[in-house]
Amino acid sequence: MSTTIHSPAVLPRLAGPAKGSESGIWIALFAITMSFAAFTSALFIRQASTDWTHIAAPGVLFASTAVLLVSSFMMEASRRELEGKVASKIHEQGRRLGFVAATVLLGLTFVAGQYLAWRNLRAQGLYLATNPNSSFFYLLTGVHALHVLGGIAALLYLFIQLAVRKSLRRNLLRGVVVYWHFMAALWLYLLVVICVRL
Amino acid sequence: MGKLFGVILTIIALASAYPIVTHMYVQPVDISTHGHAIDEQLADTMAEAGLSFVLAQLLLAFCVWKFSNRKEGAKVFHLPGGAKLMVVAAFILVGTEVLALGVFGQKAWAAVYFTPPNPDALQVQAQAGQFAFYFRYPGPDGKFGALHPDKIDEGNQNYFGLDPANDVEARDDVVTAELAIPVNREIHLLMHSKDVGHSFYVRELRIQQDFVPGLDLSLHFTATQAGHFEILCTQLCGLGHYNMKAYLSVLSQEDFDKWMKQKVSEQ
Amino acid sequence: MEEALKSQAHVHAPAEGFLWKYVFSLDHKVIAKQYYALALLSVFVGMGLSWLMRFHLVWPNAKIPGLELIAKTGAPGGIITPEYYLSLLTMHGTLMVFFVLTNAPFAGFGNYFLPIQIGAEDMAFPRFNMMSFWTTFVAFVVLIAAFFIPDGPPISGWTAYAPLSAIGKDAGPGLGWGQNLWVIAIGIFCIGQLLGSLNFIATTLDLRAKGMTLMRMPISTWAWFITSSIGLLAFAVLLPACVLLLLDRMAGTSFFIPSGLVVSDRLQNHAGGSPLLWQHLFWFFGHPEVYIAILPAVGIVSHVLTNSLRKPLLSAKVIIYSMMSIGFLSWMVWGHHMFVSGMNPFSSLLFSFPTLTITIPATIITLIWLGSLYGANIQINSASFFALGFISMFVSGGVSGFFLAQPSIDIYLHATYFVVGHFHMVMGVAAIFAIFSGTYFWFPKMTGRMMNETLGMLHFWITFVGTYCIFMPFHYLGLVGNVRRYSSFVDDFMPALMPLHKFITIAALTTGAAQFIFLFNLVHSRFRGKLASANPWRGTSLEWSVPSPPPWNNFGGAHPVVYHDPYQYGLKGSTGDFVMQTSPEQILNE
Repeated sequence: MSTTIHSPAVLPRLAGPAKGSESGIWIALFAITMSFAAFTSALFIRQASTDWTHIAAPGVLFASTAVLLVSSFMMEASRRELEGKVASKIHEQGRRLGFVAATVLLGLTFVAGQYLAWRNLRAQGLYLATNPNSSFFYLLTGVHALHVLGGIAALLYLFIQLAVRKSLRRNLLRGVVVYWHFMAALWLYLLVVICVRL
Repeated sequence: MGKLFGVILTIIALASAYPIVTHMYVQPVDISTHGHAIDEQLADTMAEAGLSFVLAQLLLAFCVWKFSNRKEGAKVFHLPGGAKLMVVAAFILVGTEVLALGVFGQKAWAAVYFTPPNPDALQVQAQAGQFAFYFRYPGPDGKFGALHPDKIDEGNQNYFGLDPANDVEARDDVVTAELAIPVNREIHLLMHSKDVGHSFYVRELRIQQDFVPGLDLSLHFTATQAGHFEILCTQLCGLGHYNMKAYLSVLSQEDFDKWMKQKVSEQ
Repeated sequence: MEEALKSQAHVHAPAEGFLWKYVFSLDHKVIAKQYYALALLSVFVGMGLSWLMRFHLVWPNAKIPGLELIAKTGAPGGIITPEYYLSLLTMHGTLMVFFVLTNAPFAGFGNYFLPIQIGAEDMAFPRFNMMSFWTTFVAFVVLIAAFFIPDGPPISGWTAYAPLSAIGKDAGPGLGWGQNLWVIAIGIFCIGQLLGSLNFIATTLDLRAKGMTLMRMPISTWAWFITSSIGLLAFAVLLPACVLLLLDRMAGTSFFIPSGLVVSDRLQNHAGGSPLLWQHLFWFFGHPEVYIAILPAVGIVSHVLTNSLRKPLLSAKVIIYSMMSIGFLSWMVWGHHMFVSGMNPFSSLLFSFPTLTITIPATIITLIWLGSLYGANIQINSASFFALGFISMFVSGGVSGFFLAQPSIDIYLHATYFVVGHFHMVMGVAAIFAIFSGTYFWFPKMTGRMMNETLGMLHFWITFVGTYCIFMPFHYLGLVGNVRRYSSFVDDFMPALMPLHKFITIAALTTGAAQFIFLFNLVHSRFRGKLASANPWRGTSLEWSVPSPPPWNNFGGAHPVVYHDPYQYGLKGSTGDFVMQTSPEQILNE
């Protein structure tokens, strides 16, 4: 693995070919999609019972959604910077790290927003086991938030690679970016399910 | 060693077929109206599957016998027809079997599941619970009283959780530990589980159906022979699963009426 | 053809230090051996459990010496209680299906030979690979821990149907923390498998050597590739199912538990859940899982046979396409485990058709094997015998499946010993034969030494005859209506069947004892076996082009180039009647 140290005037060395083991992240996404498909089928079967009711999606969810979408833009900006699609200037290292940091912060904000949504439900007396709708709400948002935290961990790893080693494997960057966008796409799907079905 | 493999496998194949061909282990007498279709299906499948089994094993035995330990420098050659022949054979052999068994087989299934019960079938409710079956007849009013799980009291023999004090329909319900039915009369068996999954299996009736907690399931059947038959639980339900059984008594109409009278007096 | 050579940039350096070399190794070969060792441990534990079960069924009042030390409540005085029998049954199934049949043929051999057979230096993600093994190991420890808690392991079977598995300790012994540990263990196992499958797929797609087109990959590689594709999606469904079950058990949710249940005289505080939902989720995973167990076996046997017959199989391509169809169809048949479950009876017919249809590719593969034997020059050794034995077992097990695929016949045979006979034939015997075949075949490559052939033959004969003696009678018992998962036989018609049960038990104990011959052979040969050359079986695939055992980076830093498919047998090559994949020799009429 390449660990060339170089001056800030040059882009960090992206090691590895443009291809390489890029299929890894898509395979992982396939599996995650399948898991959420399983949760969705469970929801469809469960909603046939007589105790299925309705809960209102807390408003904060829409704010969180906006935050997550903006974080996707930040992630995309990071990718373009790191792959050199944008012209490089002085202090780009700071800029690159800044975009990644912004993505992380927005991601954390999203998770905080989810926590606020749970607090909102608790205030209404809706806990995990209160009714099947609340069960699925906590389940879907919780499992998604867990995956987002995993993505944040990967972003932090990316940040450290950039800041300390000043080098990055190309397929790691691609993998993290695709994963992050997938988290947003998955959230949009879950939001629809929550608003329409729960 | 190759020849030994051929010989031993041939013995195994024939020894395996022997108990089947000589009917050493067979299902008990069929006492149901729909059972003959199932038995026919089973016999047809046994003939086809049995033949395929024996032929395949003998073929394997023969090939290993003949084509192992060959002379030094022996030439290898291919079966004429190659893979194409095998594919075609598979499609024809299996394809026709599958179609035949699948298409004709559904008649037996349909007889059990796609025909609705006769409106004047005798209704009996079976309740499965860890680890016994109880049965309930609706009594002269022809109606079952409601079930109240919170009122279940095994100590006082209120197995179903009936509330005769407040439920008019429950007052004449007849609860028994034995399922007695008249011969040649269609029975509509309503199935209710008290706790976990169980299953209702009577070999001679050729029926098996799970009890699913929370689901109202039912079966209907007609017994054609009088006798005493075991009802077995076949869905793992806990430590007493092996011992969870009851008896099905198929009686003449006269004997059944006598039995019912006696049960009513015992309530 | 895309040059994937530069992907090697991620490959690790040779490890140093005991921990990094043998414990947390990133080398796929070490990880493979770790998986194999775990599977070996699991299979002997699982076999021991089955001995206890078989013993108890025919000698229910026998005192088993020492058992009361491990199972104070389960077997007081050494006599197995009904609930302990069910615990043994549950753990036997769980260990065998998950920790043996998913570990050995797939994670074990696949990890070792997939990279080598495609010409790669290691898996695509060596760190994920290491993590996948240790995750699996943690799952094993959590599962086994259930034996040592006061209430013992769960009694709900490896299928853990709700609500029995979901209610908690009210439902019976072992269903408190025993069941919790089971669910957590299986959940962790899922994660290990997902990491492993990801690696297999990525490696096969991205790291093939120059000239190694997909169709030049050996059938074993194809089998691992298809299996990991199935595994990725199947375990991705089991994990959510375990999460839901755990929530029902520990958080008071009601995914699987309806209202009004009175268990142990207590009205359960749940409502609205569906027991059938668990069955659907479980079997949607569970049926593909059994193909995960058998497809690598089919691949290994095809690979060994090609070599042992000294001629190519009639068509490797057709076998590969048949394996793909089996993989595809495996997603459509899960309901055949639920014909009498209370689901819509029309669905039962819908599930029956693809189930019967799967017989077609399975028959094609079997006929190709049989047809290939014609005109072959069969080399007799332990590896080839177990491969040939596999064909016999695969036919036996497959044929009984034909009965169970028809709902009307299933009405009578469901939950009887017929079903137990069927799945033991295909999984408990056939798949194990493939593991044995693979072991005898690849042991020289993995260790640099040959296994003892005399002991191997002895092992084969006792096991081949013995397993038929054990499992063929199960079908007869099923035809009479002998119900499964019973800890004792108290039904009126059972006394007449007890002599057959005794025969089975004796066969089981004998055949089981013979497995220690294999274990001895394995260990003894590892240290004292005859030294093996690089290509003791005169094989064509890439694993035979490297030393026995291979160096840490498989090809010694070289980048292999592949010129042929692995089926060049029965012709005049410069090294004998075969031409290796890496040999630039021209072959006429390829």
